[in-house]
Amino acid sequence: MKEIYLDNSATTVVCPEAAQKAIQMMTEIYGNPSSLHTMGFLSQTEVDKSRERIAAVLSVNKEEIIFTSGGTESNNTAVFGAAKALCRRGKKIITTAVEHSSVLAAMQVLEKQGFEVVYLPVNEQGCVRLEELSQAIDSQTILVSMMAVNNETGAIQPIEAVRKMIDRAKSPALFHVDAVQAFGKMPLKPKKWGIDLLSVSSHKIHGPKGVGALYIKKGTHIVPLHYGGEQQRRIRPGTEAVPLICAMGEAVRVLPDCQQEWEQMQTLNAYARQRLSAMANVVIHSSADSMPYILNLSAVGFRSETLLHHLAQKHIYVSGGSACAKGQKSHVLTAMGLPKEYIDSAIRLSFSRYTTREDIDYFCEELENACQTLASSR
Amino acid sequence: MKEIILLKLGEIVLKGLNRKNFEDTLLRCLRRRLAVIGAFQVRAAQSTIYVEPLNDAIDMDETADCVSKIFGIAAYARACVAEKDLEQMKIAAADYLADTLDGVQTFKVEAKRSDKKFAYTSPEISAAMGEYLLEKFPHLTVNVHEPDVIVTVEVRDFGAYIRAGLERGAGGIPVGTGGKACVLISGGIDSPVAAYMMAKRGLELMAVHFASPPYTSERAEQKVVELLQRVAAYSGRLKMYTVPFTKIQEQIREKCKEEYFTIIMRRFMMEIAQQLAAAKGAQALITGESLGQVASQTIGAIACTDAVCRMPVFRPLLGMDKEEIIEISRRIDTFDISIQPYEDCCTVFTPRHPRTRPELAKVLAEESHLDSAVLIEEAVQNTVVRDIQKE
Repeated sequence: MKEIYLDNSATTVVCPEAAQKAIQMMTEIYGNPSSLHTMGFLSQTEVDKSRERIAAVLSVNKEEIIFTSGGTESNNTAVFGAAKALCRRGKKIITTAVEHSSVLAAMQVLEKQGFEVVYLPVNEQGCVRLEELSQAIDSQTILVSMMAVNNETGAIQPIEAVRKMIDRAKSPALFHVDAVQAFGKMPLKPKKWGIDLLSVSSHKIHGPKGVGALYIKKGTHIVPLHYGGEQQRRIRPGTEAVPLICAMGEAVRVLPDCQQEWEQMQTLNAYARQRLSAMANVVIHSSADSMPYILNLSAVGFRSETLLHHLAQKHIYVSGGSACAKGQKSHVLTAMGLPKEYIDSAIRLSFSRYTTREDIDYFCEELENACQTLASSR
Repeated sequence: MKEIILLKLGEIVLKGLNRKNFEDTLLRCLRRRLAVIGAFQVRAAQSTIYVEPLNDAIDMDETADCVSKIFGIAAYARACVAEKDLEQMKIAAADYLADTLDGVQTFKVEAKRSDKKFAYTSPEISAAMGEYLLEKFPHLTVNVHEPDVIVTVEVRDFGAYIRAGLERGAGGIPVGTGGKACVLISGGIDSPVAAYMMAKRGLELMAVHFASPPYTSERAEQKVVELLQRVAAYSGRLKMYTVPFTKIQEQIREKCKEEYFTIIMRRFMMEIAQQLAAAKGAQALITGESLGQVASQTIGAIACTDAVCRMPVFRPLLGMDKEEIIEISRRIDTFDISIQPYEDCCTVFTPRHPRTRPELAKVLAEESHLDSAVLIEEAVQNTVVRDIQKE
């Protein structure tokens, strides 16, 4: 039976090119990139190639890219690293109420260490209001951390406007962007938008899990989380995860033109919205101008988990909210002010270049079936 | 809205009758370097060069970065072009400078009117523009003494140009106006800086690197390639000649006294470099020596080294401290590559106690134990060349 995978914001299938590259780097070019001999040199050359590819997508220099173990480590490195580096300049940090747990949990730790963290609220569309950000930033603010695209709703945050606000307030703040959901899907211009730190992940773009990257703008000083050898400018020591890093590079290399794919996703998304809106009990939470790869909705009256398991029996894979929240009540939908019955029944569809219109048809049919056969939770 | 880049010429404007030559070389250089990015119209008028993209897809960030590294340009600015109509100029300024003005608290307007036929005077333009921007950006205030940003309006023959600020250019004089020279490059911090500095004075570059496998690795050579790629961002493309140096080093070590090793080695390097340089039309050598930095960089050692040279040797770092050199290497982005810890030809077989005051006669006596001509010829013949351009 065919699998309908609509959980691409949780993770994606690894593309064949990336998988092939990982195997090659494990079995053929297996040297340690720090080894001086030829095998080490070849390995380092491949790691560098991957670094260059990621840098090229972001229009930055390859020295500004550090490989990490994934989005969580990139976010933690950025948040803690910036807070520690600038703690003498001020104690105020600004973030949003809808960040990924790897930012929010780090912020909670910093609060315990004496930092003041401001969690900006969002509107019904899930977006931060710039006036509130502008009011919050002052000369004591040392870090602003904001995601580019929300992982549960696809809401796009106005990251290109943040730098101006920081500058206008004459604040020393570094600007961190969690771009895990946006990378490879929409144009990101860290240089142009005055971003100092930007996190990306491999497994959201058909690369392997366990690897990600952090853009650190040239001249930006952050305190490392790890200590060890000379690798990666000592910001992230330890032997590089060569197979994963190179596979990520391949995944980036074979990324389709992002504008074309965006349009393809818009078509899919619009089609899904059109079919779903015909169903009486379905409410769509993602606003129309969200990133089209993500569609958050509720089949009101049915708990997320019940629906999710029911659909899984039909080999349709969706998720309740963020996979990282493991079934907890969504803080994102809560922040958007949605009523409890919507939050309890929220389902996230997330598409990839392999998603087809037929997949959506099948999902919609099965959702309809589910609503007719399952007992409503009330 | 059309965005262009305005370039202000550096010391070229001081050149008398040669000025045209310098300007033409600069224009050629600009056209060649910009061609990699896209199609541009590049023209000079009224001491300014106008770089105008010919299609919308051109990345102006990349363009600005590219021109910021071209010698002969004292300053540059991104500007928008507006029709010579005060209303249109005001609208264009508010639109084009929105991002900049959002990020500041204070500003002032400066107007320059070189087209005297334009109906308004400079003070009138400034006043009207200032008033309009204050209305459009209510958070702004005017500060004529220490503004966060200066909005400049230039009314010239071809149109009105509106910009915020002026960036410092690479300075110097255009590459190629001063002839060609050959840099000896090891992989350390100094030689790329020396190459950059001489390119800044108008020299076209070629580079010679000495490789001693297995004492040095392919990484050391790769490091030099990367260093030169960074230099090429300023100097334009160049050729790198890699000379096999193992045999010469082994012979010196075997047949000459240890304390003379470095000085003799450097004489060989100079000889080989000048042969390659002469064959490729270069008229001088460039080294990264800084007086007193190491034993081979004393007056006595330099005298012995230069005794083999038949062409001038340029040593732009001679009077600089290490800290000053490092500052430049950071600015031109070579520092992080230079500090990668691979053995290079200069660190192989370093004597424990090198001569700091070598006498030429003794050096020559030691050197006579070697079959120099044959060794040099063999090295020159087996030299490998590669093309280097910026990444």
